[in-house]
Amino acid sequence: MNATFSALAEPNRLQIVELLRHRPLPVGRIAERLRMRQPQVSKHLRVLSEAGLVQVRPVAQQRIYGLRAEGLKELDDWLEGYRRLWGERFEQLDDVLRDLQQEKGKPDGHRK
Amino acid sequence: MATANRSDLTITVVSDTELLLTRELDAPRDLVFKAMTDPTLLARWWGPRKYRTVVDTMDARPGGKWRMRNIAADGGEHAFRGEFREFVPPERIVWTFEYEPLPGHISVETMTLTERDGRTLLTVRDQFASKEDLDGMVNSGMESGARESYERLEELLAELKAKKTA
Repeated sequence: MNATFSALAEPNRLQIVELLRHRPLPVGRIAERLRMRQPQVSKHLRVLSEAGLVQVRPVAQQRIYGLRAEGLKELDDWLEGYRRLWGERFEQLDDVLRDLQQEKGKPDGHRK
Repeated sequence: MATANRSDLTITVVSDTELLLTRELDAPRDLVFKAMTDPTLLARWWGPRKYRTVVDTMDARPGGKWRMRNIAADGGEHAFRGEFREFVPPERIVWTFEYEPLPGHISVETMTLTERDGRTLLTVRDQFASKEDLDGMVNSGMESGARESYERLEELLAELKAKKTA
């Protein structure tokens, strides 16, 4: 599994993912809703499915494209990990800054 | 802010090689700058909470090297290193960032401090050498919480989309 970020960093592909979040759709409907040409949509869908973000399911004569939860989860987990790392750093930095300001005797009334 | 973010931390996916973080800190800029460059102070906040952080080198000047280690309770450690490219107190630091077990995958972190009413807005621009490097980070096995639903997808999409409205 690779290229998740680059797959989603393209605005049209991001739009497709947003659209498919509501429900799975065939290529024609996606093209119609996003006012894109069908070959263009097919190309984007191929990139998205290679990145593991989208999967296709044949229904009757149609191929229905939907989101693939596992692929999105991987990216989401990574961003969450990245957010958590920086979040923890900043929370600890908050503490350091508060201590430094107390040492300086900032008259804010919070001194212990 | 259009997007709601926990603890005011905003992450924006600027492009497929670049992430941007912003966070407000309740202290004047010179103090934040000091906390970001003083080895004793850095050791108190730079690592994830469950690790102890050791600052081996912090030669804060253009061309100077830095090296820090995050040490786990079981003794396992992760070492990071890099070089200062810019050092402009109290407003800007640019350094390279490399995880030692993955040599050659070097990203550039630009930290900018802006003071407003005694508070400081810190922005960190994390620029990866290639989209493969950024994708590589996604696959590098950063810890994950098991979630099967799309519950955070809204937030994820907002982050990805922020670049378009910026």
